[in-house]
Amino acid sequence: MSLASDVLTVLAVCAGAFFFLAGTVGLLRFPDALSRLHALTKADNLGLGLIVLGLLFHVGGPLAALKLISVWFLTLLAGAAVTQLIARTARTGGTPE
Amino acid sequence: MADFLLAAAGFVLAMVALGLVRILRGPGDADRIMAAQLLGTGGIAALLLLGEAMSAPGAADVALLLALLAAFVSVAFIRGAARTEADGA
Repeated sequence: MSLASDVLTVLAVCAGAFFFLAGTVGLLRFPDALSRLHALTKADNLGLGLIVLGLLFHVGGPLAALKLISVWFLTLLAGAAVTQLIARTARTGGTPE
Repeated sequence: MADFLLAAAGFVLAMVALGLVRILRGPGDADRIMAAQLLGTGGIAALLLLGEAMSAPGAADVALLLALLAAFVSVAFIRGAARTEADGA
């Protein structure tokens, strides 16, 4: 059981770290603001989500697990709202390309 | 397991630090705030990983606070951008 949860933790954290790598590469390499925003949201939602998922196998009690999930949920909510606003600023705010 | 989590936290922090190059290159303000938002999310992930690796459960509270502040930063930026745009027009 401990070995299985360790393997799951390693897999999920590695996948989350990969999404952070992809988000950084996308943020640096993509040509315009909206596609960079697309790369950023993947790192935000999936990267953090997979890392939280990996840590859930490892955490002590249900309260600590709930706290981890609430961190992720708050980031999801904030990211969803803020990304829309950033996209609108990038479209109308005259960012020269 | 703690070593692996520490290494993962270091990797995420390195990625986020690399993403900060976007703040230097710009070109728009929106691109710069995107890098800052990635720093916020990566900081949260690294804090959670570090808290688990060093068995410091308080790190999750700090991560929760960082999530709140990262949202405030972006909203403040957007309000400021809208205001300067209205002034310029």
